[in-house]
Amino acid sequence: MIKRDIAIIGAGPAGMAAAAQAAGLGLSVTVLDEQPYAGGQIYRDVDRASSMRGKILGPDYTGGTRLTEGLRKSGVDHIAGAVVWAIEDGFRISYSRDGRGAQLMADRILLATGALERPMPIPGWTLPGVMTAGAGQILLKQSGVVAQGAVLVGAGPLIYLIAAQMVRAGTPPAAMIETQTRGDMIRALRHVGGALRGWRYMAKGLKMLAEIKLAKVPRYTGATQIAIEGEDKAEAVTFAHKGSRQRISCETVFLHHGVVPNTQAARSLGISHSWDEVQACFGPVLDEWGQSDVERVYIAGDGAGIGGAKAAEYAGRLAALKMAEGSNRLSAPERDRKAAPLQRAMQRELAARPFLDAAYPPYRAAVRPADSTIICRCEEVTAGDIRGYAEIGCLGPNQTKAFGRAGMGPCQGRYCGLTVTALLADANGQSPDETGYYRIRAPLKPVTLGELAAMDEATKDAAE
Amino acid sequence: MKTASPFLELESGRPVDVTWDGTTFSLPDGANLAAALLASGVEVFRHTPVSGAPRAPFCMMGACFDCLIEIDGVVRQACMLEVTEGLVLMRPHEGEAHDDQT
Repeated sequence: MIKRDIAIIGAGPAGMAAAAQAAGLGLSVTVLDEQPYAGGQIYRDVDRASSMRGKILGPDYTGGTRLTEGLRKSGVDHIAGAVVWAIEDGFRISYSRDGRGAQLMADRILLATGALERPMPIPGWTLPGVMTAGAGQILLKQSGVVAQGAVLVGAGPLIYLIAAQMVRAGTPPAAMIETQTRGDMIRALRHVGGALRGWRYMAKGLKMLAEIKLAKVPRYTGATQIAIEGEDKAEAVTFAHKGSRQRISCETVFLHHGVVPNTQAARSLGISHSWDEVQACFGPVLDEWGQSDVERVYIAGDGAGIGGAKAAEYAGRLAALKMAEGSNRLSAPERDRKAAPLQRAMQRELAARPFLDAAYPPYRAAVRPADSTIICRCEEVTAGDIRGYAEIGCLGPNQTKAFGRAGMGPCQGRYCGLTVTALLADANGQSPDETGYYRIRAPLKPVTLGELAAMDEATKDAAE
Repeated sequence: MKTASPFLELESGRPVDVTWDGTTFSLPDGANLAAALLASGVEVFRHTPVSGAPRAPFCMMGACFDCLIEIDGVVRQACMLEVTEGLVLMRPHEGEAHDDQT
């Protein structure tokens, strides 16, 4: 079986930057990534898409080719299309690729598994035609596919980015139904100092808003009571705005109210997580290098806490420096000298976050949904079901599985976990930390018997 | 075959034939399968095993499993696959993906 100094899970900005840095310091590295091309979700398919639709996607996206090029030049073994489904002590990583199972050994692991869209359970969110805003972006980046007459719903900078890109593509959204309020903006002004230090992001935001305004896209801010109507597919979005009921017909709805760390792999390794009040999500407990409380396992990028693509890149490099020092490729003073500029850049990068987190908080009615709203998409469990389980003694997320299968479908809780924690915490008068989260176990993704049977012979022998 | 779709393709790749629920579709070779089906006007990818409700791609990044389809007898995520010539695709058999009856 192949044995590496470092295995990196995820070829987004954190994974790519870490791989190049670590390889440059003499470490042997393999990067495992689910997608056919490097880039992660933020730079998805950037090598192909930049030449075709770079103008629509903008320089922040096309700039990702710097990282994909760095990964290629580093000579690092990048295994594309590899779906990791188990990480065991030692470390032994099991993954599937092209219908075959395979394994890899590594001394150290960097989890660079990025973010997921924050679940946004509102009435009708399971209907065909309703997607995440991230999905809308992925369609555009990877496939050059844009939705005509789509409605954007939620809050956050990504809403403006995708709206501006849709305008540039000649298919502006039919409307933007935004959940942030004037009060949120007033509260956010406390953090205006940070916002000014992160002025480049603010300037970009204003430019996008100007593009959206010029295209005359209707914006409804402070929207409440949002629901998606439709029988077999999305037909309209209804909502309350300034005291009146609105209805906008559409076939496509893109939802977004922030992204949250994808903690599945980290949790499967038993890494401690704690509730982040500001970002309203769980994040892994890490030191300043991204080292977790499981020895020799590191986490960098949005999977460690939401900071965006540039911060992910710096965090990936910082983790690589620490791993290089840990395997005696670098002295501690050298490590610190190389880390200093990265740490400064990271601080600059994160300066605008507190402002953005306060200005665009999660949509309240989707954090604590109405009883009739489905919260577990896979098993079709409603918020009322979860509250009902709490009434008859359900204390934690793992028990909800026994009560009604919430979190037991194929997505393994990725799109209901945070909602279940919030509902149980409320019902039982506990904090999210006290309530906890689903226990995540391997396989992290479904694996077929065929994939196991086809596991490389060499790998199997070594596994005996 | 191409039906009305709210999704517009900005570029067109070399078309290859695949069948979806018995109907032949011309999709761009090498394209993301879920995206190509959406752009061809496929609205419902599957029905849930619990209530039979219709579903279609939601996350496009392999996390939500709402785009499950059956391909060569195996239920897989359309958003994690590429279009290749001659694919035989169908809606997954309703009820079989669920394990609580067994």
